[in-house]
Amino acid sequence: MAENARSGAARLLAWAALAAAMIAPVAVAATSPLLASRGAPYVIAGLAGAAGLALLLAQPLLAAGYLPGLRAATERRLHRRVGAGIALAVALHVGGLYVTSPPDALDALLLVSPTPFSVYGVAAMWALIATAALVALRGRLGLRPAAWRIAHNVLAVVIVIGSVVHAMLIEGTMGALSKTVLCGAVLAATAVAVVHLRVLRPMRRRRAQAPGAG
Amino acid sequence: MQITTHSRRSLLLGAGAAAGVLAVGSTGLMRPASASTGFEPTQTMRGGSNNYRPGAPFVERLGEGFWMSGAVRRAGDGAPLAGVRIQIWAATTLGGEREPANHGSVLTAEDGSYRLEMPQIVPNFGQPHAHLAYDDGAFQTVFLRPVMPSASDTSLSADFVLAPA
Repeated sequence: MAENARSGAARLLAWAALAAAMIAPVAVAATSPLLASRGAPYVIAGLAGAAGLALLLAQPLLAAGYLPGLRAATERRLHRRVGAGIALAVALHVGGLYVTSPPDALDALLLVSPTPFSVYGVAAMWALIATAALVALRGRLGLRPAAWRIAHNVLAVVIVIGSVVHAMLIEGTMGALSKTVLCGAVLAATAVAVVHLRVLRPMRRRRAQAPGAG
Repeated sequence: MQITTHSRRSLLLGAGAAAGVLAVGSTGLMRPASASTGFEPTQTMRGGSNNYRPGAPFVERLGEGFWMSGAVRRAGDGAPLAGVRIQIWAATTLGGEREPANHGSVLTAEDGSYRLEMPQIVPNFGQPHAHLAYDDGAFQTVFLRPVMPSASDTSLSADFVLAPA
């Protein structure tokens, strides 16, 4: 009984921490005083960017099965849905910025922007587009699971690092503290999941299968 | 060979003054003729002309609490240029860079200085910055995009050194 209560409390704590890390940055951005001087497309673009960054935190946790109380099938389904959500957020982000200021958005997309952070965002965007294409064509491409995993993980790492650098260099509606905590969490979750899934687990499996093991 | 010769001559011309040598070091290969003076023409900044609305109306002020200022000089001798129109626009508490109320023109005074009071500039596209233009034909057009060191700053300055058109 005590064991159960303790694991229940830990589970609740894990979910609460995840929710706080994801929701707080978006909530802070949604109450920024800067919003008063911005038009609707710009407000939506900013919030979509913050929401996309928040969703990035869930992806490695779902992929590695770190979230307590979820079955593997549920995690896989959620991972795909959250991925689609990130793609939608980035579309709103870029689209809203384009409507707000076409020359600034075009400069960023053409890599001639005066702002040093836009190139990181654009790199992450292309990696995201490549991921979406890979997901859509997965069956047709006939990729072996190992090749798929490498491609997907390399692109995911580019998305994560690009997005985090992009967000940290921007002075905008996001709060410094909640943004930094979220970015740190995204980096840590991605690093732990990639090392666990692609390095430690295959190594352990190989060792277990090796003759004379045990 | 040609490039080397230019470079050496520029260096000789600029010798004697540390500033002169530095100026030649950075731009001497491009324009050796003007390298010996201290007043190089200001170069247009990347993204400087974004959301430019030519012919911004002359204004007393655009708002309150923030001061945009600077000086306008002639390339070469650095003489102050009076009566030169500088167009200014920025994202402020009133709205974005495309908001007409955020665009205004001022003329430089006898000493070449200009200043404009306006609403507080706010971060836009990730950086708190202003846009300024000289675009009236007598000199070469220049677009500037200075970035504020801090979003809480209540002033920003940007100087122009204009080359004849």
